[in-house]
Amino acid sequence: MKLEMKDSPGQLVAALKPISEVGGNIIAVIHQREPDLDNDTLNVQIVLELPEGRQERLISLLNEQGVRIQRIDKERLLYQRTVIMIGHLMHTDLSDTVDQIDSTGFAEVCELSMSMPAVNERSSSRITIKAVSKGDMEAALAILRRVSHQKSLLLIEPLEEIS
Amino acid sequence: MMNVALIGLGSVGRGVAGMIAKKDLGIAITGIADSQSGCMDPDGLDIASLLAGKSRKGYVSDQKISASDVIKKAEYDALIEVTPTNALTGEPAIGYIKAALSQKKHVVTSNKGPIALAYKELRMIAEKNGVALRYEATVAGAIPIMHTLEHGLAGNEILALYGVLNGTCNYILSRMAAEGLTYEQALMEAREMGYAEADPTYDVQGIDAAIKLVILANTIWGNGVQLNDIDRTGIDLLTPDALRLAEDEGCTIRLIAEAIPRKHILRVSPRIIEKNHPLVVDGTLNALTLETDMAKEITLIGRGAGSTETASAIIGDLLFIKDRYVQRA
Ligand SMILES: NC(=O)c1ccc[n+]([C@@H]2O[C@H](COP(=O)([O-])OP(=O)(O)OC[C@H]3O[C@@H](n4cnc5c(N)ncnc54)[C@H](OP(=O)(O)O)[C@@H]3O)[C@@H](O)[C@H]2O)c1
Repeated sequence: MKLEMKDSPGQLVAALKPISEVGGNIIAVIHQREPDLDNDTLNVQIVLELPEGRQERLISLLNEQGVRIQRIDKERLLYQRTVIMIGHLMHTDLSDTVDQIDSTGFAEVCELSMSMPAVNERSSSRITIKAVSKGDMEAALAILRRVSHQKSLLLIEPLEEIS
Repeated sequence: MMNVALIGLGSVGRGVAGMIAKKDLGIAITGIADSQSGCMDPDGLDIASLLAGKSRKGYVSDQKISASDVIKKAEYDALIEVTPTNALTGEPAIGYIKAALSQKKHVVTSNKGPIALAYKELRMIAEKNGVALRYEATVAGAIPIMHTLEHGLAGNEILALYGVLNGTCNYILSRMAAEGLTYEQALMEAREMGYAEADPTYDVQGIDAAIKLVILANTIWGNGVQLNDIDRTGIDLLTPDALRLAEDEGCTIRLIAEAIPRKHILRVSPRIIEKNHPLVVDGTLNALTLETDMAKEITLIGRGAGSTETASAIIGDLLFIKDRYVQRA
């Protein structure tokens, strides 16, 4: 989610503590000068990840601190996609597969669950990838498609939400 | 009255003949043929006795009369072409359809082969002769997708389409998800239920769904897409573990046909999809979501196959032709 506030003195510092208190994870703090306002106020945006159901609590904590929130944007700036891969995952170096995503710098594998059937049988794994933007996610999925093709793995992608 | 000639008396042909005989639709069958025999009568044939004869003897009538004879010589307004699909050559259906169109007869078919392989050419012949070529039954069985596109959504721009177009695959995946069956076990069950052919290749490798996607894409966008243009992955390598891993996240796996022209996407592939998504339908059902500029999203769900279900689509096409073209006392 994205919080927007005016950067009057102390506001930013006052905002940070409640965020960590509710278990939030700050991804970016963006300062922006409002072009159509001739005074010197800065517009501050805090982009953060918040566990499900903590938003109310965060807002009341922020209010207690005297932080005036101008806008809350729940749009997910952090893109997350889950894919399933089937095949000889170990024989084809799973850690290399994961590394091909992690080494991009713009996307990472944040969760991996794997089934281990009998030796020589194909295994199945669920891989969750995070990326900062939609474009980065597309690029990460393109890498996975290429790697799956090279390693003869079956890649099952999620059906994109209808836009 | 509109007179029709019926070529093919399998599951679909018998369904159509039975419904025409039973319902008062203003349609009479004046010619009929299967692979071995045929007959014609300008005053209308006795369908009940012909069908009874067919199930007794295995062929419908006079073995000296062929399907081609019926198409050339019978007196009819519209041909109903319901012979088996040949995805490689489209024959004998392409030949039958051309013969009828060039004699200025309307054609209604449930056969995917000719529409996927020769749509442009057949359409041109139909236009030149001022007759209709309709094929509602080729995609998603009883779901009136072509009528919806042509009439209900007329004037809309179709931005994308997503579909569950193969009942066999959907049945197998539903059963793997519900019971934790392996692919092989679910396939065996589908065979026992009569939902899968002895050779399931066309269904499970996504070829059947891809052919239907070709038909839809050509109908909607007239883009000349062919089977080779579809990026295709089947369901035959899926594991019960994969379905369970999807299930853990409130999702399942379904074979989805997808066309999004603006992204140059034309593909059939197993996809992770939320269990409460409208395209997650049970058993052999089919479903289609259209995304359009004015109506936004529309989803249609229904039976994708079956004798009477497919007859429903064919009769819809026939009655459309009757209303639009055939005026008779
Ligand atoms: N079944 C469905 O639910 C369904 C749904 C949608 C679309 N379709 C399509 O509809 C078409 C018919 O399906 P179906 O299930 O009814 O097939 P089917 O049961 O195999 O019946 C095919 C019929 O065509 C006849 N035939 C075969 N070769 C012929 C030839 N050269 N000339 C004249 N007739 C010939 C057969 O004759 P004999 O009786 O002498 O063998 C049979 O009566 C197929 O193209 C199929 O893909 C079927």
